[in-house]
Amino acid sequence: MSSETVLYDHPGPRAKARNRILSVVFGVLLLLLLYWIYRQFEQKDLWAAGLWKAFLESETWTAYILPGLWGTVKAAGLAMVLSLVFGVLFAVGRLSDHWWLRVPSGVVVEFFRAVPLLLLIFFIFYGVPYLTEQPMPPFWAVVAGLTLYNGSVLAEAFRAGIRAVPSGQSEAAYAIGMRKGQVMREILIPQAARNMLPVIVSQLVVLVKDTALGYIIGYTELLQTGVNNLAGNVPHVGGIVAAAIVAAIIYITLNTSLTAIAGWLERRTRRTGRAPRRPTTAAQPAGATAGGMVEPQG
Amino acid sequence: MDVFSDPANVDVYVTGFLWILKLTLAAGVFALVVGVLLAAMRVSPVPVLRGFGTAWVNIFRNTPLTLIIFFCYFGLFSTLGLKLSDNLNLNNFWLGVVGLSTYTAAFVCEAIRSGINTVPAGQAEAARAIGMSFRQTLTMIVLPQAGRAVIAPLGSIFIALAKNSTIVGTIGLAESSTAMKDLINARGDAVIPIFLVFAGTFAIVLIPIGYLFGAAANRLAVKR
Repeated sequence: MSSETVLYDHPGPRAKARNRILSVVFGVLLLLLLYWIYRQFEQKDLWAAGLWKAFLESETWTAYILPGLWGTVKAAGLAMVLSLVFGVLFAVGRLSDHWWLRVPSGVVVEFFRAVPLLLLIFFIFYGVPYLTEQPMPPFWAVVAGLTLYNGSVLAEAFRAGIRAVPSGQSEAAYAIGMRKGQVMREILIPQAARNMLPVIVSQLVVLVKDTALGYIIGYTELLQTGVNNLAGNVPHVGGIVAAAIVAAIIYITLNTSLTAIAGWLERRTRRTGRAPRRPTTAAQPAGATAGGMVEPQG
Repeated sequence: MDVFSDPANVDVYVTGFLWILKLTLAAGVFALVVGVLLAAMRVSPVPVLRGFGTAWVNIFRNTPLTLIIFFCYFGLFSTLGLKLSDNLNLNNFWLGVVGLSTYTAAFVCEAIRSGINTVPAGQAEAARAIGMSFRQTLTMIVLPQAGRAVIAPLGSIFIALAKNSTIVGTIGLAESSTAMKDLINARGDAVIPIFLVFAGTFAIVLIPIGYLFGAAANRLAVKR
């Protein structure tokens, strides 16, 4: 059902009146909720001019928010590159003809997909130093955790993408005498990669959000510097709420742009009409990508 | 494995996973109800409802869960004075449930909306042709078919929810990841067994559930 308007008729006079009443009732309820929040903010003196003015001063941005944002982008970017490598290696491993490569790859991918990212980061940050007898920098704990988790998710997506390439492609390649490695490197992966581009960009959104877990182990990302440290420096009880709202707006803007890029890439891939055919079953709704839904990890 | 021969440590482990179980079940129910309502709003003829659903999805899907949970504690509880229970642990638990279900509902809504897109237009047109209202078309014709198409995505959303509930540890609930951290700090000599037991529990429970959802999705898929 592509157009949602098939669910209802064009409204006649009665339906229009009913819709208007519903709009007004719901709108009033929403306004009441907003008013309640406004009043609560007022009681806590959250509308104090000094509180919000802090966000207009350049020092708030240069000393707190921007360094935090850089920390977020740095961790997400490096983890993305590493998890792409991890994803390709393990996707190819799981598709291997040799059981001694296929089985361990499958175990690793399934294990890291099932373990909560926070548990993994805690193990790397608190547990690994006991084994190596060296302190673990929070940055590397975050990047390693993100790489293992997102790499595994991407490995599954890549595997689905490689298998979605029409079998005629690899058959033709074998027919002209290519070896297994050549077929994978020169025929399957390039075609799958093109189709996987939107999935990769959507996974970047997940990565950006997941860097916020670094806050829990004291990595200096946006939530740490832009909310925690900043609020500690604003002499006001409500500072933390104001800072959290600003940080949320930054995250939403960043991720909405990434989602828009993913959508643009998807349309672009579809327009050329040469994208490999996707498996369309009832279990895989149109909105889901070839790799399945990108999981809503925190 | 001698770490877990100490009953106190076993207790920490069991308590941690009980919190995860309770968080997942409570937030799962709320997220499903709110998510279906949001999806219905997003396809409804009333513009205000559509806008509300769209805004919810865009705001909460793009905010880190850590920030949402953080906001539930410092915003809803500390600043707005929303107290959900007199018991400190239970209060944190319910704040966590609010945060988790707010976040997960956005994903449930999008999954159901993409499920609605798999229902052929003829189904809704036929329903309208025999005089069904929007509510009847949605609840009796479209949603039952959409629901069967989204079992697999909903399954991965609930598995993610179970994993995400570890983040509630941030606001001081002794769930499994916090429990593991405390055990590791208490018993630095047994780091590997502790991690394998905690991570293994998640893997042993969640991997089969994933396959079950996959099998259920294939069985219940609408044959077209």
